[in-house]
Order: sequence, then C-alpha cells, then structure tokens
Amino acid sequence: MLQVDLWKRVLIWATVVVGLLLAMPNAFYSRVETHNDAVKAIEAGLDTTENRDLAAGWPSYLPSGLVNLGLDLRGGAHLLAEVQVQDVYEARMESLWPEVRDLLRDARDEVGTIRLQPNAPLGELRIKISEPAGMNRAIELVRTLAQPVVSLTGAGSTDLEVRGEDDVLVITLSEAERQALDDRTMQQSLEIIRRRIDEVGTREPTIQRQGFDRILIQVPGIGSAAELKEIIGTTAQLTFQPVVSRTSDGSERPGVGNEILPALDQEGVYYILEQAPVVTGEDLTNAQPAFDQNGRPAVNFSFNPSGARRFGDYTANNIGSPFAIVLDDEVISAPVIQAHIAGGSGIITGSFTVEESTQLAVLLRAGALPAKLVFLEERTIGPELGQDSIDAGKIATMVAFVAVLVFMALSYGLFGLFANVALILNIALIFGLLSMIGATLTLPGIAGIVLTVGMAVDANVLVFERIREEVRTARGPARAIELGYEKALSAIVDANITTFITAVILYVMGSGPVRGFAVTLGFGILTSVFTAIFVTRLLIVIWFERRRPKTIEV
Amino acid sequence: MRLRLVPQQTNFDFFSRPVLWLGISAFLILLALGSFGLRGLNYGIDFRGGTTIRTESAQPVDVGAYRDALAALELGDVVISEVFDPNFGPEQNVAMIRIGAQDGEEAVSTEVIETAEAALLEISPDIKFVSVESVGPKVSGELIRTAAIAVALAIGAVLVYIWLRFEWQFAVGAVVALVHDVVLTIGVFSELQIRFDLAIIAALLTIVGYSLNDTVVVFDRVRENLIKYKSKDLKEVLNLSINETLSRTFMTSLTTLLALIALLVLGGDVIRGFVFAMTWGVIVGTYSSIFVASVMLLRLGVKRDWSKPTDTTGNQFGDIDA
Repeated sequence: MLQVDLWKRVLIWATVVVGLLLAMPNAFYSRVETHNDAVKAIEAGLDTTENRDLAAGWPSYLPSGLVNLGLDLRGGAHLLAEVQVQDVYEARMESLWPEVRDLLRDARDEVGTIRLQPNAPLGELRIKISEPAGMNRAIELVRTLAQPVVSLTGAGSTDLEVRGEDDVLVITLSEAERQALDDRTMQQSLEIIRRRIDEVGTREPTIQRQGFDRILIQVPGIGSAAELKEIIGTTAQLTFQPVVSRTSDGSERPGVGNEILPALDQEGVYYILEQAPVVTGEDLTNAQPAFDQNGRPAVNFSFNPSGARRFGDYTANNIGSPFAIVLDDEVISAPVIQAHIAGGSGIITGSFTVEESTQLAVLLRAGALPAKLVFLEERTIGPELGQDSIDAGKIATMVAFVAVLVFMALSYGLFGLFANVALILNIALIFGLLSMIGATLTLPGIAGIVLTVGMAVDANVLVFERIREEVRTARGPARAIELGYEKALSAIVDANITTFITAVILYVMGSGPVRGFAVTLGFGILTSVFTAIFVTRLLIVIWFERRRPKTIEV
Repeated sequence: MRLRLVPQQTNFDFFSRPVLWLGISAFLILLALGSFGLRGLNYGIDFRGGTTIRTESAQPVDVGAYRDALAALELGDVVISEVFDPNFGPEQNVAMIRIGAQDGEEAVSTEVIETAEAALLEISPDIKFVSVESVGPKVSGELIRTAAIAVALAIGAVLVYIWLRFEWQFAVGAVVALVHDVVLTIGVFSELQIRFDLAIIAALLTIVGYSLNDTVVVFDRVRENLIKYKSKDLKEVLNLSINETLSRTFMTSLTTLLALIALLVLGGDVIRGFVFAMTWGVIVGTYSSIFVASVMLLRLGVKRDWSKPTDTTGNQFGDIDA
C-alpha cells in the first residue's frame, strides 16, 4: 500500500533540484546577464580585469542559462524580408554576355554578326544572329560554356540551356541551376545579414531562413525597424565596371549592354558603364579605412585570387582608360588606370570624411547582398512598452498565483498546501526548462504561464476530488489515496494530451509571440503533470508515513 | 471548514430539457454567425495588412487633431482610437492608429510610416512612437490561411485522439462542443468589434484545448460508469457522471478564471484581447462540455457492451505509479 520506492524518491527530488538550479539564474537576471556578457567578451579576447570582475559577479559553477526575453518584452525590431532570388539570374546572364559575345565573334564566318536583343525576359539571353544557317554551330559553341551543376539534386545536369528560335539564340539557366543558385543566394544573404548585424554588435539577434525565400530578422534593443533596414542595407552592391563615357545628361540612352549611373558626390555627372562588371564585391576579401598619399581618407581593399586575376588582367589590358567603382548603383569614383594592378589590392579614394571611409569599409567587408530584399513585415517595439508589459505581467502573475494558492488551501486544507508546493515548483520547473533550451519568453508566453497556474491545479483537483469520493466508500485512508490517484490518472492523461496536441499545433503553425505562448503552454502541461502525479503524491506519501492518520480530510 | 463550491453530493438532472439546452446553444450560434455575417471581424493588421502605430504622449490624446493631421496625407483607411488602462500613469496618454494597406503595394512602405510620424510630431511634439508594426498584404493573406489551417488541424487531431481513446460518438460530441465554443468566441469578437489578430488565434486554439480538457474529464467518467452500471440507462449514467465530476469542473474553471481575471485586469492592454478571448472561452467551454458535448452524446447513443476491452479500460494508465 501507498509506497514509493527509494530510487523513485531520489529521482523525483533530483529532477526538482535540477529544475530549480536551472531556473535560479532568472531570479538574478541582470547580474547573470552581465556575467554572461563578460564571459563572452573574455572568450572573444577582451580579457581585461574589468571583464573579469564582471564575470566574477556570478559563480561559474552555477548554471547561467537565462530565459531570453522576446522582442515584445525587451523592445527591438523585427523584419521579414523576401529575397528576390530572380535578381541573381539576371546578374548571372549579364556576366555571361561578354563571354558569349567573344565566343561568337570569333566564329563570325559561320554565324554572321550578332546582336543582343533588349527586353528579353528575366534570366534569359536572346541573341540575334545574321546567318540563321549557322545556328547549330552557335548552339554548339555556347554549349561549351555550360558547366556541370554543383548540387546534390542537380547532379548530372549542366547549368545552361541553349536553343535556337529562328534566327534568335536563346540561353536560359537550367532548372537544376536555378535551384542551386536560389539556395546559394539564400545562404549568402543570410550570412551577409548576419555579419552586418554582428558588426553593429547587438545582443542575441535572430536571423533565420523561413520557408523558401524568406529571412526573419529580429534584433533586440535596436531603435527601430528603419534603423535595422539601414544596417542590412537594401541594395548595397559593390561592382567594378568599365567606363564607356562620361556625360552630364542623365536621360541619355546608354546603348545595349550598357547602363547609365549617377556619380555619388558630383551633382549632374553621369557615367555610361558596361553592364557586366569586371569584379564584384563578392570577390572582395578585405577592406580597411586608410589614407591616400595626400592624407585624405580612403579605403584599402583586396581581392581573392580569382578576383585578383580578373582585376589584374583587366588593368593590364586597359591602362589609360577609366573604370568605375560602383556602390548601390552610384559611382563612388572613376579613376583612370595608371598601371597594371597585380596582387589584387587597391585603394578607393574620393571625397570621404573619416566616418564615411570607415562606414564604407564596414559595408564592403560585410559584402554585398547578392539579391534585393523586399520587406513584407516590420515591427518596432519600444523598450518602454516592453518594460511596461514585463511589469504588468509580473504583477498579474503574482496576483494570479496568490489567488490560486489561497483558493486551493481553502478548498483542500493540508492537501491544498501540498498542491501549492507543487504549483510553486511547477513555475520554477517551467523557467528551468525554458532556460535549458534557451527559449524565448514573450508576452503571450507570460499569459501561457498564468494560464498554466490556473490549469496546473487541475490534475491535483482531479486526484483530490477522486480521493474525496473514495474516502466515502471507506476502505481506509491509504487505500482511498491510492485509488484516487489510480482512477484519476486516465482523466489526467487524456485531458493533458489533448491540450498538449493543441500546444504542438500552435508551435508548428505559429510564429513569434504565438510560438512563445505554445512553448510555455506545452512546458506547463509537462511540468504540471509531473508535479501533480509525482511531487504531490510523494509529499502526501511522506506525510502519511509519518502521521499514519486513521482518517483523512481532503 | 473547507470551501466547497458544490455540495458534496449533487443530483441535478442535466437532461430534463435537452431541447432547451441545445436550443439555447443553437440560438447563440445563429446569433454569433449573424453578427459575423453582418458586422464581420475587426481584423488587425496581421490579417488585413497595414500599419499600426502606438503613440504615447504626456498631453491628452486629441483624436480629432490626429485624424486631421493624417487626413491631409491621404493614406486611405485610417482608424484612430485612444487606449485606456488602469496601469497607465497620469502622464501616459496612449493612442492606437491603424493605417490600411496602401493600394498596389506588396511590401511595407517606410515612407508611409515616416510621413505619418512626422505629421503627428507636428501636432504633438512630445509624442513617442512606442511601437510601430507593419504587415504587407502578401504576408497577411498567408497568415489568415495558416491560422485557419491551424484551428482546423487542432480540431481534427482532437477528433482522432478521442475517437481512438473512446468511441466515435464521444469524438463527435467533443468536436461539436469545440466548434460551438470557437463559433461563440468569434461571435463575441465580431459583436464587440474587438481587434482580431494572430494572438486571438492562439487564444482560440487554447480554448479548443481547454474545452476539450473539460469534456474529456466528463467523458472519462462516463466511460467508467458505463462499465460500472451496465443496466442503468445512458441518461442516468450521463447525469451521474456529470454530477460526480461537477465539483472538479467548478474548481478547475474557477482557478483558471481567477488567474485569467488577474491577467485581464492587471496584464496591460497589449494582451487584453487575447486574455479576454481565453476568459470567455473558459466560460463557454465549461458550459459546452456539460450542455453540448454530453447532450450530443445522449442523442447519438453509445456502445453499451464494453466487455471486450477489459474493465481496466477506465484506467489504462493505472500501472504508472510514482
């Protein structure tokens, strides 16, 4: 009768102790937070005495996991961006054009003169050839440019599809290549956004791929979504392009394969550039603020080997002609190539201030986004509102808690007190679990905890009511308690599994704050079942063993 | 002396007027559907796209002045409302401004927000924009779809679970009760024109969970009593089961309501809609598990021969002990 094995007792208490330990850091939130920050700084190499002192503020043998506060509690900005993956197709085709042109030009005898057709659909090159008879030869030639696709699913296929339509040669990207490109674009975009946000140095940003072409960005503590957008930079693309000519007429027709862009710092000056860049920001390996020979702020940069080779070849072949450094569709500067620049490093000069050159270096170092971002959703939550919500949530939780504790004690007496101990442990365990997995607490999450406070007693209520019933049939208190637990169990399990199912669905389907609610609700169900079935029961058993009461009143 | 919400032994007849109870529920559902059809829900930007700006200022909110300032910008559908909350300090005057999605724009436009903020700053220089949220129409459409799928999935999953654990009649009874609760909640939201956003969907799903919790506890007892009293007729067994679990039903509903009311009053206006939905859900959920789920079960009838699964069916988990 009414026995609990020793190993089970040990296990139950051990679970409770571990849960309490994991939850404890949250009671000293700011202290642990400074400790964690300092530890991180030391790991990053900032091993100063100040950081050591701060790190010593919390003993290192204790757990230091904290519940993350969601944006709605801490304040910050949230963006949902859609990456325009098709942009990359276009860029890809643009860079293909010079190669195709050179190749076909060499075979002029067979295919005749060639002309790039404007207004081709996105990601397609349409080239008109004057000798339709040479179409097969042209297709054959262009196919030699095709390369195998590097991806798991696209193995065995090549990246280009070439076909002839009458006298027009059509080059498109293959399906496999498009997929591989999309994937690469997403990876790159994520990486670049992450690096840019890290440069600013904010705490625990969330940067996640969502679905096929979306990126979710959440940065706590930032002033506004507009600020965040600025950091990410909607279209920071760096290219080095050959200059065709310089003009003061912005509406001049640049000609096929060329484009016209304004100068950054000179009003009314435009450059006509070849659209296909020699090198792009992707090949950039480093950029540092520096000063030129005249002591003016400038930016030093260097390329990776393939970029360095292309840049070297181009400068060797075009000494005396200008080329343009283009950032965000604006020409930063268009110096004349003085000499063959080998080794792949150079300097960007212009009329910069020191801050501007520093910022430009950061921008270049972080790399250019491969494609445009379109923002589908943006939210800014001010820190005051977050603090108000935390305060309100705290008060509400305390009041709810006390009300339920009093109510339980009044209704079930001693057994109610047992349930109350379990309820307090329950809350601690929820926080322990949340800290352990580093979950995020949101405002609806607090509501989830409050709801759990209300519902957690349900399992105990089920048992206690059942014990009351069993006491009436009078087979001794020990038997009544045992039967109460036994018979209430199926109701407890069924009731909680169904609620748990909804919590899981909420978690899978929901996003942001709603997910936070699902997490606390789900954990609340787990911990409340644990505390009701195991902890309260153990408490009752221990009490019963000591007192051996002849009758019990529930 | 113990606090007892319900006398130790009750013997209410819950099925003396089944037509009346079903009638009341049917009437309320019609009312809810009517309200939904006529007034529609006051969708938040999560579901219709657009921008909400929450402002805070030491000066009293002059809704008219705000409206005039924004009307000049021709932003289309603009709704301005002042927010009241007992938590606000004396210098804290809060307003919510909702600007509809701009025509022909798929994404969020920063300019709209900036011009609106500039216009408001002009009439009230100390105004602060404590939260600004924008959702593009593309996302909002998807959010509605996901939300609807989530609610449908939850109800479907529950149907299957109860069917497996009980009998199909129980599952149907429980699901009718769930749909009843969800429809009535939507009805209240459309009638009171409370803002309906993503958080409310979370609340709806919680209501589904809670209402079920209640229903399952009653059903569990019904199953047990069906085995115990093989000769009693279904109506008696149902009545007995509800009476036996009545004390628990009230205890749990009351503790949950206590917690929710604390949150409703003190939790701040940001989640008030959400908490209101849950509070309402607990009330209708408790009602429906007795007067809808059980009445449905009575109508449908159940299998009386539970001999095949042994008499431990009622506590299949009985061998798990501490």
